[in-house]
Amino acid sequence: MVRVEIPYHLRTLAGVRGEITLDVAGVVSVKSVLDALEARYPMLEGTIRDHGTLQRRAFLRFFVCEEDWSHEPTDKPLPEVIAAGKEPLLIIGAIAGGCSPHGD
Amino acid sequence: MSKVRLLVGTRKGAFVMTADGKRDKWEISGPHFAGWEIYHMKGSKVNPNRIYGSQTSGWFGQVMQRSDDGGKTWEAIGNKFAYEGEAGTHQWYDGTPHPWEFKRVWHLEPSLTEADTVLAGAEDAALFKSTDGGQNWVELSGLRKHGTGPKWQPGAGGMCLHTVILDPKDPERIYIAISAAGAFRTDDGGKTWKPINKGLHSQYIPDPNAEVGHCVHHIAMHESRPGVLFMQKHWDVMRSDDAGDNWTEVSGNLPTDFGFVIDVHAHEPETLYVVPIKSDSEHFPMEGALRVYRSKTGGNEWEALTKGLPQKDCYVNVLRDAMAVDRMDECGVYFGTTGGQVYVSSDGGDSWKTVAEHLPAVLSVEVQTLS
Repeated sequence: MVRVEIPYHLRTLAGVRGEITLDVAGVVSVKSVLDALEARYPMLEGTIRDHGTLQRRAFLRFFVCEEDWSHEPTDKPLPEVIAAGKEPLLIIGAIAGGCSPHGD
Repeated sequence: MSKVRLLVGTRKGAFVMTADGKRDKWEISGPHFAGWEIYHMKGSKVNPNRIYGSQTSGWFGQVMQRSDDGGKTWEAIGNKFAYEGEAGTHQWYDGTPHPWEFKRVWHLEPSLTEADTVLAGAEDAALFKSTDGGQNWVELSGLRKHGTGPKWQPGAGGMCLHTVILDPKDPERIYIAISAAGAFRTDDGGKTWKPINKGLHSQYIPDPNAEVGHCVHHIAMHESRPGVLFMQKHWDVMRSDDAGDNWTEVSGNLPTDFGFVIDVHAHEPETLYVVPIKSDSEHFPMEGALRVYRSKTGGNEWEALTKGLPQKDCYVNVLRDAMAVDRMDECGVYFGTTGGQVYVSSDGGDSWKTVAEHLPAVLSVEVQTLS
C-alpha cells in the first residue's frame, strides 16, 4: 500500500480525511501513484496534473523522503520506503501564487 | 407563493440564499466549496433544481460542479476542456502571438430546453458545450477559428468569454462577448460566428472602430425582444436594435459610463440597470457613493437609485456577472460587490436592502424565481 498526502482543498474535493492509501500496480512512481489516485477519486483529475499533457500543475510540488521530486521524471521509481508505505508521498500546494484576476 | 433563490459565487466559496416572495428574510447556506473561487453558478430553466457551478483555483485549476437538489448537495462533473484541433495563438498584452491556454470557466449558460445541455464560456476565450449534464465538454470551435482569433487580446481580467445569451425564440442564435475581443453572434447553433461590434468606439485600441478588439464587459437582453441588446462596454453603455449588427451609445446623462454590470427589468424591456464605476484606473463608485442607475427609456435618460445603498466611504466594485433580476410580479434586482455585500431591491430599484454584508468578494449573482 502506498501512502499519499494531498492538500486540504483536494481532500475536501475528494471527500477524504488524512492520508490516502492506494494499491499501486507495477512500478511505483509518481505517475503510477497519480494514476491510482485519479482512478479512485476521478474528481481529482486535472487538479494535480493537466488532463492532456499530464504535466504537474505549476503551484503543486511532489516531495519524497524530504526531497523535492517535482522536476524528476514522473515514471522514475520511487524509493522503497514509499513503495512499501513506510513514508508517504507528499503532494503540496505552494505557498505562493493562486491569485486570479477578475477585471477588478 | 413564489420564492426566490440567489446563487452567489465569491472568491472563497458559493452561497445559496433563499427567501419568500417578500424577499425580506433570507436563509443563507454556505460556503459551499469553501476556499475556492466560484466564478459562476446558474440553474436550468427546465429543471430549476439542476444548478451548474464553476469552481476554480490558481493551484488546482478548474473543477465543475452540479447540483440536482437546488444547491443542497453537489457532485463534481467533467472538467476536461480541450481546445479542438490546433489551439493556435492570440495576441498577448504586448501584441506578440501567445498560445491559447485554458485557464477557467467564467460563465455557465444552461439550455432553455434541455436540462442536460449547458454552455461554458472559458478563458482563454472559447465556448464549450455539454449535452450530458456536464460530464463531457466539446468546444464550439467555429468561434475561436472564425478568422479574427489571432487578433484577440486579453483584457485586464484575462481573455475571458464571460457572457453567453441564448435567444428564446431562435435556438440557433447565441450571443457571446469576450474581453477584449468584442461581441459575436451565431445563427446556426454555434457552427459559424460573426463579430457584431459595428458602432463600438474604443479609444484605447489602435483602430477605435475595429471589427474586433473592444473590451465588452457585459451584455443583457430581455427575453421578449431577443433582437434588442444592451451592452456595458469598458467605457460606454450601448444599445442594438438589430441583434447586434449596429450599436448606438445610450450613456446619456450617466455621471461616468465605465462599469461592468448591466441588466434589464423582468417585465419592462426598456428599463435598464447599470452601476457606474469611476474609471478604468479607479474601480469604485464616484465620490464613494454606491449608486445604481436606472433608465426607463432604454438608455440615455438615467436616474440614480440610492435609497438603502451606502452614500459615503464606499469603495467597492460590482463585477460583470454580479447583477440579476427575478421574475416576481414586482421585479427584484440584485447585485453583489467586491466588498462582500449582496443587495436586493424588491421594488424595481426604488429601495435597497442588504441580504448579506460580510461575504468574500462577490464574483457572480444569479437568481431563480421558483413556484
